[in-house]
Amino acid sequence: MARRERPLSPHLQVYRPQITSVLSITHRATGVALAGGALVLTYWITSATYGAGAFDTAQGVVGSWFGKLVVIGLLFSLYYHLANGIRHLMWDAGRGFDLPTVRSTGWTVVIFSVVATAATAAVGFKITGG
Amino acid sequence: MEMRSPLSRVRGLGAAHEGAHHWWAQRLTGVALVPLTIWFVCQAAQLIGGDLPAMKSWLATGQNAVLMIALIIALFHHAQLGLQVVIEDYVHSEGAKMVSILLVKLGAVFLGILNTYAVLKLVFV
Repeated sequence: MARRERPLSPHLQVYRPQITSVLSITHRATGVALAGGALVLTYWITSATYGAGAFDTAQGVVGSWFGKLVVIGLLFSLYYHLANGIRHLMWDAGRGFDLPTVRSTGWTVVIFSVVATAATAAVGFKITGG
Repeated sequence: MEMRSPLSRVRGLGAAHEGAHHWWAQRLTGVALVPLTIWFVCQAAQLIGGDLPAMKSWLATGQNAVLMIALIIALFHHAQLGLQVVIEDYVHSEGAKMVSILLVKLGAVFLGILNTYAVLKLVFV
């Protein structure tokens, strides 16, 4: 007998995006992005073992406009995943499940990630001079 | 009548056949990464744009090398646990699922060793 295509759920497109669902998928997306960041870290550290020339090249790649863009993206991912990860640990401890708390901790995570990313980028630009 | 011991019954249960181990390991490495990543960002801010001797003298303090290796181990362990769940959720073919999880896990072990080796080489060679 031919296998029938069964209806699939949930139909994500029929739901209005809410802070709970949006922050949840962002946690996953930033986690995957940070796994990519682990590859950048690998490139940066291993290049140093190939000598000064290779390390200078790596520093140049990271310091290029595209490199800076990637680093800022990774910084945001890190701060978001870090703050939201602590939010998850709080839930694991059985706290903060009521909707007002979920909303306020969620917005705290968003605001913290944006502010911390901007502050770190500002310090970084100050150190490197642009 | 149930003849098996409670321990025997609980072993290998759950949808992933591994009980709470994955969950616990993800939390453990996550908690470790909170101070380690904050430390790394503070350190990396001083290393951007620097040359190789600066990088080497930073690692030569020993304390930085040890924390760096701790970061590498916790990071790659945590990353492969997370990627495993993402693959389990979105890759539906059993074969592709198993192959991709295998690649992620072996890749994480390999990259963890590679990064640790690189840190040690920068410290001692």
